[in-house]
Formats: sequence, structure tokens, C-alpha cells
Amino acid sequence: MNAASSSDAAPRSGAEALLSIRNVEKQFAKRLVLCGISLDVASGEFLTILGESGSGKTTLLRLIAGFEQLDGGEIWMAGERLDQTPAYRRQVNTVFQSYAIFPHLSVFENVAYGLRAKAVPHGEIPTRVTQALAMVKMSEFAQSAPSRLSGGQQQRVALARALVNRPRVLLLDEPLSALDANLRRQMQVELKLLQREVGITFIFVTHDQEEAMALSDRIALLRAGRLEQVAEPREIYGHPATAYAAQFIGQTNLLRAEVRDGIATAGSIAWPSVEPSGAATFSLRPECIRLSSAPPAVKSSGITSRFQGRIQNQTFGGAMDLLEIDCGNSHLIRARIPSPGPIDGRQEFEFAASDAVRVNDGG
Amino acid sequence: MYSRAYKTAVTIPPLVWVTVFLLIPYAILFCYSFWSVSSLQVIVHNWNLQNYAQLFRNPLYLTVLLRSIRIAGAVTLLALLLGYPLAYYLSFHAAKRKDLLYQLVIIPLWASYLVRGYAWKTILGSDGVLNGFLQYLHITHRPVEFFLYSPFAVILTLTHIYTPFTFLPIYASLEHVPRNLVEASHDLGASPFSTFVRVILPLSLPGILAGATFAFVLTLGDFLAPLLVGGPSGIMISNIVVSLFGAAYNWPLGAAISLCMLLLVVTLLFATERLEKRFTIS
Repeated sequence: MNAASSSDAAPRSGAEALLSIRNVEKQFAKRLVLCGISLDVASGEFLTILGESGSGKTTLLRLIAGFEQLDGGEIWMAGERLDQTPAYRRQVNTVFQSYAIFPHLSVFENVAYGLRAKAVPHGEIPTRVTQALAMVKMSEFAQSAPSRLSGGQQQRVALARALVNRPRVLLLDEPLSALDANLRRQMQVELKLLQREVGITFIFVTHDQEEAMALSDRIALLRAGRLEQVAEPREIYGHPATAYAAQFIGQTNLLRAEVRDGIATAGSIAWPSVEPSGAATFSLRPECIRLSSAPPAVKSSGITSRFQGRIQNQTFGGAMDLLEIDCGNSHLIRARIPSPGPIDGRQEFEFAASDAVRVNDGG
Repeated sequence: MYSRAYKTAVTIPPLVWVTVFLLIPYAILFCYSFWSVSSLQVIVHNWNLQNYAQLFRNPLYLTVLLRSIRIAGAVTLLALLLGYPLAYYLSFHAAKRKDLLYQLVIIPLWASYLVRGYAWKTILGSDGVLNGFLQYLHITHRPVEFFLYSPFAVILTLTHIYTPFTFLPIYASLEHVPRNLVEASHDLGASPFSTFVRVILPLSLPGILAGATFAFVLTLGDFLAPLLVGGPSGIMISNIVVSLFGAAYNWPLGAAISLCMLLLVVTLLFATERLEKRFTIS
């Protein structure tokens, strides 16, 4: 893990931001749904806006697309004010959650829609539409009516319809949420490959943290209208800034500890910590815990902390099992360990002290 | 699954209704159209095609029929021109005023047809509001006669009466246009006008067809408006049917004209329904 700043709203490359969201605010019926959102997106970046339903992630996307008006702040794109441009003049295209395929037009005409609207030379249209449909593997459906397509196929048409316009930024509003699990995973891979191929900036909205981690260059975690943390997936997973981020992205154990003289203590568990004395909350990922009896997979260089607990529950999960460990005083710790076969009773566990990460527990 | 007895029980009442009040009367009308009236003003059952022949031989009937179609066409066009923008505004731009405006459009439907007819008589007549106003402004010095008792008056009155009927199906179809399609169109670079032409208008075609059919068919069969405000030059085909069944006492000819009208209307309804189905996309 490098020592880069753990949470910053600037794109990692340091290149000039393509899209710059500055202190954006939005209200609905006097209720603040977005507040103080500042975020820079680099050209060619895959940025995911992650949040629970109601966190304002779709609203943020709609502000960028131009379907909603800002109540405060500014949005800039390539040095120009975007938020004062009407939606139909923005070089931004959207893939809608419900696809929004025009039902009265064929697949071909759906994809050609944007080109015709922008008065692209007539001779150029068939070539570009054909290319776009080939890109999403929908060439054979060009003349089909949208009503005859499955959800996944409509999804592809929606993607082609947006990409054919060569937008500077592509907005995707939970585009995979309506697909079943297998198709969803397949589309995730395709989407990522597609994004690399076309080199267009993707801003992807989802509530699915696994999806966010699998796809993104950076994740912007939104919580109740505010940015909780903006970082690369590994960074946000390994060093969540807050207890919320730690819990939302992946599973974790939150240890509410007392630090004194370089030792953190949470119930019966203690480990060395460099944090200043006082109360502190730590995040310890379940997979960072292992059975002391198991041979260490990698020789850990740091200090190892051990604790004992009674296994209350073991959930078989194929390669990895999930254990619920009672460490006394009904203090439950979850551990994800390579399937050891059935175990129970009291066991000794260990973790590297550096894996217990201090998080901000603002509530 | 419903039982046979239940199915029979719910099917019979409408079947009886349709038979007694629709099929039998039309069958009687059908018979009458082949009979004739003797010189002694008695209807005789000598089956012949004289009535239908007369319909096409006597220019009066064709003239009035064509005029009725022209008036119905004009009313349809005007009702669409008034009803569509209104429905569009209400559905897409009225926001908070939507419910109020909707009620304002609907309220005239609660007033009696006769009241609305007489209202226009009062407005258009030579002592009417319109003439009084024009003379007050010294635009005219004598009452203008052609406001009332003219096809113009019939078209005006019927447009007023039937525009809500055109408005309603158009409004319903516009309400069914998914709003994300409008957003998608803007997103793809189409201006609001282009979005209207390429998305909203095509998707509201079933409503336009239904509304136009209402206005056309209702106007074509109307006889009260011509009676109230039409005068001799505003007579429509239904007025002739009324008089044939009344004062003229020529039920057979009246029946023949009625059936021709019915054929016209049923063909029209059939055609528009086919068209509506074609334009309706699930």
C-alpha cells in the first residue's frame, strides 16, 4: 500500500480534470438531497458513485446529465460551464436504469437517434450505427422492434445508443441492476473492457459495492447527500476513512477500542497501535483474521496479535468459511478463513496489528 | 378459473341488452329500408331498393351528406388543434395547476348540451353578445347576420361541445408517454421541439386517433346544433332523418339513410381501431 493521501477528490493521474463538480447542492421540496459535493473526474476514468438508495447518487448523475437544475455550486466540463447548458447540448450521454429505449423505433433507429438529432451527415449514419451495434454484439437485431428484446439485449442497445455519439462522459444509472446475477457479472466484464476500448470517461452509479470495486478506477462513496470518501477501490477497502465506509464497502469488524500507551484494547482483544491515547474505532476485515494453528500463508513482517474466542457459528462458503466468534461479553467477531473443515469450541485466532485500521466513527 | 354457470350468468345480461336494444331495432330498421310508403301514407311491405336508389339519385341527400362530412371534418380538425396543445400543456408543463385545469376542461361536460347550444345562440344572434360588442366598438353598424344560422355557427358550437371529448383520450395517451423517453431524447441531443416531433407526437398517435374519431362520429350524427344554430344552410344529414321519421312520414327512406350512415360510421370506427392498434406500442 503506498502512502498516497487516503482520500481526495482529485483524480489520481494528476491530469487536468475533464469534469469538475464544485460544491454542488440540490434540494427537493426544501429537503437537502446533495450538499457540498466537490469531485474532479479525469479523462478516461471509470468513476463509480456508490451509495445506498436515497443517498443522492442518481440525483448527482441527473445534475450532470442536465435533467435537474443545481441549487448551488457549479459543474464544469473541459473548462466550460456545464450546468448552464441545456441537457440536449451537453456532450454527455446517459444509459438509463430502465434503458428508456424508444418503443416506436427499431433498434437501428434507436441507435441512430442521437446522430440524426445532431445532424451527422446522412451517409455516415449507417456505418456508425453498425459499428456501435457490433461493439455491443447486437448487429443481428438492427431491424428488430425493441419490444422483442430481452432486458439484457435492451441494455446493450441503450449502451450502443449512448456510445455512438462519442460523448466525453458516459453516465450509467444502475444499468445492471435489472439483470440476473450471471448476466450481470458478464456485463460487468464487458463494460470494463468496453470502457478501456473506447477510452470514454464513465461515471457509473450503483448501490452494489462489489460491482463498484470490480469496475472502478475510483469510488465516490455517497452517504445521505454528502461524499463520505473518494478513493481507489483498494484504498477505500484497505483504509476506509470512516466506520460507515468500512461497513458499506465489504464486511468488517468495528472495534471500539481504548488506546493507552501504544496499546489498543477492545474487550478481550488487544494490539499495539500508533494512534494517540483515547477512544478510537478500528476496522478489522474478517479475512485478516486467521486461526493461530493454521500455517501462515505469507510470513507477516509486522506484529501479530492473538485472541481467544468460542466459535458460535460456522457458515460454509466453498473456499472460505465465515466464522462468528464470541470473544466474551457477547462481543462477536467475524472471521473469514480458508475452509478448515468443521471446527468448534474455543480456538485461538490472530491478526496483524497493522490490519486494524483506525476509522472515523462520526456516527 | 370461473365455473360455466358463472360465465353464463355474467354473459347473459349484456347479451340480452344488446339483442333487445341494438340488434332487434337495427333488424327492424333494416326491414323498413326496403319497404315503401303508399300514396295513402301507409307503409307497405313491398320489398324493393327504391329508397337506396333515391338516396343517390336525389342531389339533396348527397349534398347534405357531404356537407355533414365537411362540417364533421372541420370540427375534428378544430377540436384537435384546440385539444392537443391543451392536453400537451396539461400533461407536460402545467405542474401544480394540472388538477385545476383538468377540472376546468371537464366541467362543461356536466352542463346540458341544450344549455351550451342556447348559449351560442345568445352569443351569435343579431341581438346577441357578439353583435352588441362589435357595434359598441363601432366595428360594425348593423347586426352581422351570418354569425348565427350558418354552417359556421354549427362548427363553432360543435367544436365547443366536442373538444373535451377529443382532449380526454389525447391527454390520457400523453400521460402514458414515459418521461424517461423524453429525457433520453434530450440526452441524445434532440431539442425540445425535435423531441416533440420524434417521440411525443408518435407515441400519442393512438390518443389523437381516438379523439378525432370521437369528434368526427359525434358531429356526423348531431342534429341538435344544426337545429339550434344552423338555419337552412346549416342542415345536416341527421336533421333529414329526423324529419323523415317525423313530419315527412317516410320511415323507409329515413331507415335507408340511417343505415348508410351507420355503415359509414362502423367502417370508420373499424379503420381507426386498426390504426390505433398499429400505433399502440406496449
